[in-house]
Amino acid sequence: MIEACRLVDLPPGESVRVSAHVPIAVFNVDGALYAIDDTCTHQDASLADGWLEGCFVECPLHAASFDLRTGMPTCLPAKRPVNVYPVHVYDGVVYVDTPPTEGVA
Amino acid sequence: MRTIAVVGASLAGVRAAQELRAQGYAGRLVVVGAEAHQPYDRPPLSKDVLLGKATRAEIALLDDGEVARLSAEMWLGVRAERLVPPAGALVLSTGSELPVDGVVIATGGVARRLPGARGIRGVHVLRTLDDALALRADLLAGATRVAVVGGGFVGAEVASSCHALGVPVTVIEALPVPLSRVLGERIGAVCADLHTDHGVDLRCGVSVAGLVSVPDGAGGRRVTAVELSDGGRVDADVVVVGVGMRPATEWLAGSGIAVDDGVLCDAGCVTRLPNVVAAGDVARYQADATGRRVRHEHWSNAAATPATAVRNLLAGRTVARHAADGYVWSEQYGVRIQFAGQVDPTGEVRFVDGAPADRRFVATYHRDGAVVGVLAFDSPRLFTKLRRQLAAIHAR
Ligand SMILES: Cc1cc2nc3c(=O)[nH]c(=O)nc-3n(C[C@H](O)[C@H](O)[C@H](O)COP(=O)(O)OP(=O)(O)OC[C@H]3O[C@@H](n4cnc5c(N)ncnc54)[C@H](O)[C@@H]3O)c2cc1C
Ligand code: FES
Repeated sequence: MIEACRLVDLPPGESVRVSAHVPIAVFNVDGALYAIDDTCTHQDASLADGWLEGCFVECPLHAASFDLRTGMPTCLPAKRPVNVYPVHVYDGVVYVDTPPTEGVA
Repeated sequence: MRTIAVVGASLAGVRAAQELRAQGYAGRLVVVGAEAHQPYDRPPLSKDVLLGKATRAEIALLDDGEVARLSAEMWLGVRAERLVPPAGALVLSTGSELPVDGVVIATGGVARRLPGARGIRGVHVLRTLDDALALRADLLAGATRVAVVGGGFVGAEVASSCHALGVPVTVIEALPVPLSRVLGERIGAVCADLHTDHGVDLRCGVSVAGLVSVPDGAGGRRVTAVELSDGGRVDADVVVVGVGMRPATEWLAGSGIAVDDGVLCDAGCVTRLPNVVAAGDVARYQADATGRRVRHEHWSNAAATPATAVRNLLAGRTVARHAADGYVWSEQYGVRIQFAGQVDPTGEVRFVDGAPADRRFVATYHRDGAVVGVLAFDSPRLFTKLRRQLAAIHAR
């Protein structure tokens, strides 16, 4: 389990990048927290810098979109899923559970 | 329609084939591509491919499974020589003729060359994978100085990659400020600084007067220097000519398709013939109500135009229009540059975050007080937000 940030520092609509075995991006979607691999599976871009639209994040470089719940890409140019990670909040602190849950179809 | 041919098997052509299937076309689909390679992505050529960091598989646009699912006949290494009017058949370089009911033109462009450079070893262009591999081989064979002719996006990226490979570079740019036509003078000047920050020798406001070459000992000639219009001279054993491309449209001569710096299309990528559409770098389509036509040479344009083109092809008339947002990105000296929208050459540029001196900033372009474009150096998050806002304004 990795400490990501304080919950107050991750308000709805925001994201943070966390260093773990690989960089991980944590998102707050209207109060629900999601964690996925930060690096896009297409080329080299940070998904924490992406555009959040509901439960989907759009990559800032070439606009591939990933479902935060499953890690699956929903459009080109990404074809492979990102890993997803369980997120927990204890005492106002956000934690990410590593290792990953494999992206599911 | 029973047979649709997609001519050009690069980004726009592959996307067109995928869109045809996604939009329900179940007939015969033939993709004709002049390059023998499996379709690949071009942007990495000047970046990771030159640096030796990207494999063929990594730049492939389609894997085997995707090729199979397309159920398309991929005729690679085959050139369309002619389109027989009124778009009834394609004449191919194999000598055969393919009867067609619909055609997607996705032939992109061909790199411009310097006059008199043909056959001189050491002189390169960069448009194809073969170009990139040949250039890389020459760079690794002990190049002592590279002259890059043209300081546009591709030229700047090549200079950056050569620098990263440890080869000294001179960039020769005809404009007083590089990239000023696409990004304006103010931002072009920051791009110029990126070169000089890294010790790259940038010569602006000069053009190439000629190439100096010597016999290469194998019956040919090898470049040794570039002569400049101001009387100067740059010694170089590798010269990369990055002076843009011209749309690949010669094969359309006599087809009835109107061509003028690209294939002329309406706002929905449809040509004069309703069963022929164009997409990607080759398409010059109507941009707005004024009837002004634009041609974009950007990846996202080649990725997005096929969906509209295919929709209209299958409908038999223009039912959808393409709204370009002009997005382009570039990577130079480890800095990611992103731009969207338009540049007003006389309009104001405002720095809204960061500072040019830090090579990390966001700027907006204005016309009559309104934001028309946004540009960022290494600031993807704010860039994406502003790009979205800009698109929302234009959608209104
Ligand atoms: C080195 C390089 C770096 C780039 N970097 C970036 C970047 O960082 N960001 C960005 O936004 N854009 C970038 N671009 C631009 C981007 O790659 C192009 O916009 C994109 O490739 C256009 O795709 P296209 O399919 O329309 O045309 P093309 O990629 O040009 O493909 C056209 C294909 O059609 C084939 N063809 C031509 N004539 C015929 C014929 N008669 N019969 C059959 N086949 C034919 C050609 O062989 C070619 O394979 C870069 C381009 C280059 C060259
Ligand atoms: S790097 Fe994410 S879509 Fe290309």
